[in-house]
Amino acid sequence: MALVTLRAPLKDLAGGQSEIRLDGGSVIEVLRALEREYPRTAGWVLDEQGAIRPHVNVFVNGERTKEDMPVEPDGRLYVLPSISGG
Amino acid sequence: MTELLVGTRKGLFVLRGDLGGPFEIAHRAFEGTTIEYAIRDPRSGRYYASVTSGHFGPRVWMADDPRGEWERTAGPAFPEDADATVERIWVITPAEEDGVLWAGVAPAALFRSEDGGKTWELNRGLWDRPERPKWQPGAGGLALHSICPMPGDPDRLTLAISAAGIWHTDDRGRTWRQGNAGIVPLYVPEEARATSEDLCVHNVHRSPLRPERLMLQFHTGVYRSDDGGETWLDIGEGLPSTFGFPMVIDPADPDSGYVIPLVADIDRVTPDGRLRVYETRDAGKSWTARTQGLPQRDAYMTVLRQAFANDGGAPLGLYFGATSGAVFGSADAGETWFTVAERLAPVTSVRVA
Repeated sequence: MALVTLRAPLKDLAGGQSEIRLDGGSVIEVLRALEREYPRTAGWVLDEQGAIRPHVNVFVNGERTKEDMPVEPDGRLYVLPSISGG
Repeated sequence: MTELLVGTRKGLFVLRGDLGGPFEIAHRAFEGTTIEYAIRDPRSGRYYASVTSGHFGPRVWMADDPRGEWERTAGPAFPEDADATVERIWVITPAEEDGVLWAGVAPAALFRSEDGGKTWELNRGLWDRPERPKWQPGAGGLALHSICPMPGDPDRLTLAISAAGIWHTDDRGRTWRQGNAGIVPLYVPEEARATSEDLCVHNVHRSPLRPERLMLQFHTGVYRSDDGGETWLDIGEGLPSTFGFPMVIDPADPDSGYVIPLVADIDRVTPDGRLRVYETRDAGKSWTARTQGLPQRDAYMTVLRQAFANDGGAPLGLYFGATSGAVFGSADAGETWFTVAERLAPVTSVRVA
């Protein structure tokens, strides 16, 4: 299972957990698993078309990535608000 | 005691106070987040806020007490086959039926909730209009920002899109038709004005007392309709500029309305460094500047389309907020003004709870 790291406010929506283990062979599958396990996160990271929101960054093993990127069983995901604006 | 819901770029401010004096900040919610619009539904007493997180997208939230827990609703959000994502929720309007709400969003679409805002459904009649792919956005995006129900008739609705003009339905949203006759888009070449559908309506309101009367702030004009929004009459003469965003129509007097002119689209501030509300009492035949209590020197301010409200009282209470963070109020239908708040975040919307 991949280890997913969340920051506020996503962490708060996931019951205060900053690290969660989730199933999934790709970024989108892991993020869908997050929504299933913690329904309050639905719509926050993925928009209604299943795309990662433009100002949210998902890193896999330290590299910024997109929805279809494969995730190894022991992969590590970070879901972080981007540094946008000024 | 009056309660104002002031949406800003940095959260929702609930202001409370008595007419004539500064209001206190009774509560601040959604800190750091843009509130495009917030209302209290007078039928249910429930509060609704359009909350746009720069990171996590827009949603409608609702609460029975704005100082208590807010609940994030399930929308509005486009269905998968629409191949679109909601960018902003511009307006939330109670419908004529109990428990029903309308919401206007960008990209321009209308949503309907039949369960008091918990869930939202895309209006397909408007979304599937064949012209939609050609609709052009205004500077604020392709926004459906004004929704005018017809009092007593849930089948009829008028709405405005920037920049796709006025649309009407007579069958509760199943089919739609345009209502733009008389509106002149001065920003397109003269030979294209008669046929252009790039119509940048900034705000439109209906008189509840005489529902066929509407008033409209356009990108290059101010207009009135006496036939339910089928045809429009230019009523901008006498104003220092016909560019502006918000408009108020006096609920108790269909001939009375208010605008806050800005210099022009290339300079969106109050003209001459003076903050003036212009009032008509004769359906736009003449306009009077209302200035008493408003800054008349070095005031280069911008008032956005949802940031001007009335309380429906007699005499009429009026409130507006500027992107400077200042909010002003009038207890006497605009004759005199007082400062409600001086230094909030940039104001996007003002409504009386």
